[in-house]
Amino acid sequence: MAAGALGDGVVTKERKTFSGLPLQPTYGPEDLAAFDPARDLGEPGAFPMTRGVYPTMYRGRPWTMRQFAGFGSPAETNARYRLLLERGQTGLSVAFDLPTLMGRDSDDPFARGEVGRCGVAVDSLVDVERLFQDIPLDAVTTSMTINGPSVIVFALFLAAAERQGVAFTDLGGTLQTDIFKEYIAQREWLFPPRPHLRLIGDLIEFCTAEVPRFHPISVSGYHIREAGSTAIQEAAFTLADGFAYVELGLSRGLDVDAFAPRLSFFFNSHIDFFEEIAKFRASRRTWATWVRDRYGARDERSLRLRFHTQTAGCSLTAEQPMNNVVRTALEAMAAVLGGTQSLHTNSLDEVYALPTDHAVTLALRTQQIIAHETGVADVIDPLGGSYFVESLTNEVQAGVETYLARIDEMGEGSMLEGVLRGLDTGYFVREIAEAAFEEQRRFDAMDLRRVGVNVFDGGEDLAVDMLHIPMETEDAVLAALAGRRAARDEAVAAAALEHLERVARGSDNVMPALLDCARSECTEGEMVAAMRAVFGTHPESIPI
Amino acid sequence: MTNPARSARVRPARVVLAKPGLDGHDRGVRVVARALRDAGFEVIYTGLWQAPAQIAETCLQEDADALGLSCHSGAHMTLFPEVMHELAERGARDLPAFAGGIVAPADVPALATIGIERVFPPGSRLPDIVSWLRERLAMAS
Repeated sequence: MAAGALGDGVVTKERKTFSGLPLQPTYGPEDLAAFDPARDLGEPGAFPMTRGVYPTMYRGRPWTMRQFAGFGSPAETNARYRLLLERGQTGLSVAFDLPTLMGRDSDDPFARGEVGRCGVAVDSLVDVERLFQDIPLDAVTTSMTINGPSVIVFALFLAAAERQGVAFTDLGGTLQTDIFKEYIAQREWLFPPRPHLRLIGDLIEFCTAEVPRFHPISVSGYHIREAGSTAIQEAAFTLADGFAYVELGLSRGLDVDAFAPRLSFFFNSHIDFFEEIAKFRASRRTWATWVRDRYGARDERSLRLRFHTQTAGCSLTAEQPMNNVVRTALEAMAAVLGGTQSLHTNSLDEVYALPTDHAVTLALRTQQIIAHETGVADVIDPLGGSYFVESLTNEVQAGVETYLARIDEMGEGSMLEGVLRGLDTGYFVREIAEAAFEEQRRFDAMDLRRVGVNVFDGGEDLAVDMLHIPMETEDAVLAALAGRRAARDEAVAAAALEHLERVARGSDNVMPALLDCARSECTEGEMVAAMRAVFGTHPESIPI
Repeated sequence: MTNPARSARVRPARVVLAKPGLDGHDRGVRVVARALRDAGFEVIYTGLWQAPAQIAETCLQEDADALGLSCHSGAHMTLFPEVMHELAERGARDLPAFAGGIVAPADVPALATIGIERVFPPGSRLPDIVSWLRERLAMAS
């Protein structure tokens, strides 16, 4: 299509955000007639947290640059981590392969073809030790994207830290653990919802007492957005999940201020610049308001919605992949203007495969340019007070509150029960699928434009190098696992697994039993099997 | 007079859409399922976590006219050939098959040789998928 074909000169044409919110041609004081800066904005780091969760924001410390990485064997991923740290990355983020995410060992028949392919293959303690070899676990913070088996992988991580001689109290990082969004969007769970919630409750308790610097849950909207939700749905469903976890902690007899400061969040930064900034600001304000007014938090730290952001994988295009560098830079800029605490920038080649060293370095450099060259990090909430941004923030918040009221109603006054009910009835899945279909329809109708795909699609695609994971990787992982199964003390491993199953059947905290299994070199799949014997499985419901 | 072959052709074309392996990325397959259904196809979506043999069984039991496979995990070069092998084992080697997901362009020719005739990557338009399948099945009948 020629460039002129898009400038139709019709200025009155209706415009919408990417998520479909109507946009005025301009915004002015009349749009903020009810706006009260003292009430609606406040100071940075103070209620209602609209401007950011810390008084100094990036003047105190830039966001953590944290590239999600993992592929092949633990040794290969360890080399990638050391490359990223050497190039200025400031935190680690582990991507596990699909069998690990689904609680299966590398030699499980269902793992064939998946081992080491979309993340690193981890089966038992030795793998986690190798993954962090020569990386002192008290010197970096480590984020682990794992949900269904998160308590198991955390036990392996703790056991690896022990072997490094690092105290649990010196470990910092984040475990994703958010099982709600698995049923809602990412679709990786092991057990029915209530047993998962018991495990999460055990984890919150254990971390509060033993690993106080670790964030046991990262309440995640990223995957909800990638599954096709709107910006409002992403924020609303994520906050609903967060409130459900607060109610879970309260139901275990914990004080809200004892664990709410350890909840963290994870959002998507999509391509609509201002809508995303509004989403981040509205989410902060909604969280602070609910946690203070509904759950009675008194500690200001409980009111701080601290979040990691990843740029939108689903906004990248296979066509003209170099364009993805530009998209990612703009999405990263929105995350920074929205006040993120840490950031992953996607690599240009991730629409095809895991990124190459070259591509991931360019993605990291993108963040470094934003942080150190553009000056956008020098002033806190630089868009605060903008007629447009404040209007859009209000509008997103109103949309979010409507969804929250609906979920609260489904739970008859309990957000925890409301979310569980929404899982049972397929409410969330249907809402998101509807939005995904609408987005595709707008794309097909050219109402949503993607450069290089449905507009400006001429010219030659530059070929990009691609990371190839050879089948030999899987063979090597399987051989190593077979060797370890043969070498360990079978009686010790069996006793640890038997003990785990007994604890799962009762009501004691499972974490100590899992730690014993990890130290005894039990595999992840074996620990899952022991718990599955007690908890059962959960079938997928398939509404289209 | 009833003609079994003719009445068989009058029914809407039946398409099995399947997710082999452990991959849970089902946004694409759900959108395509809905578009094909809206376009008059009868769609049987298997849901997640299907073994290759299960998918082949479903195609036979449902008397499928076509099979669409979706994979975003990178395991397509293992799983898709296994599905096609299981189909061939059951005498359904010629079932028209297509795919969607994260598939490197370099893998597309190899998939074509095992009978995955088209790959629709992210960014594909629904009308293109619908019209390709219509033409492909018109050719077959």
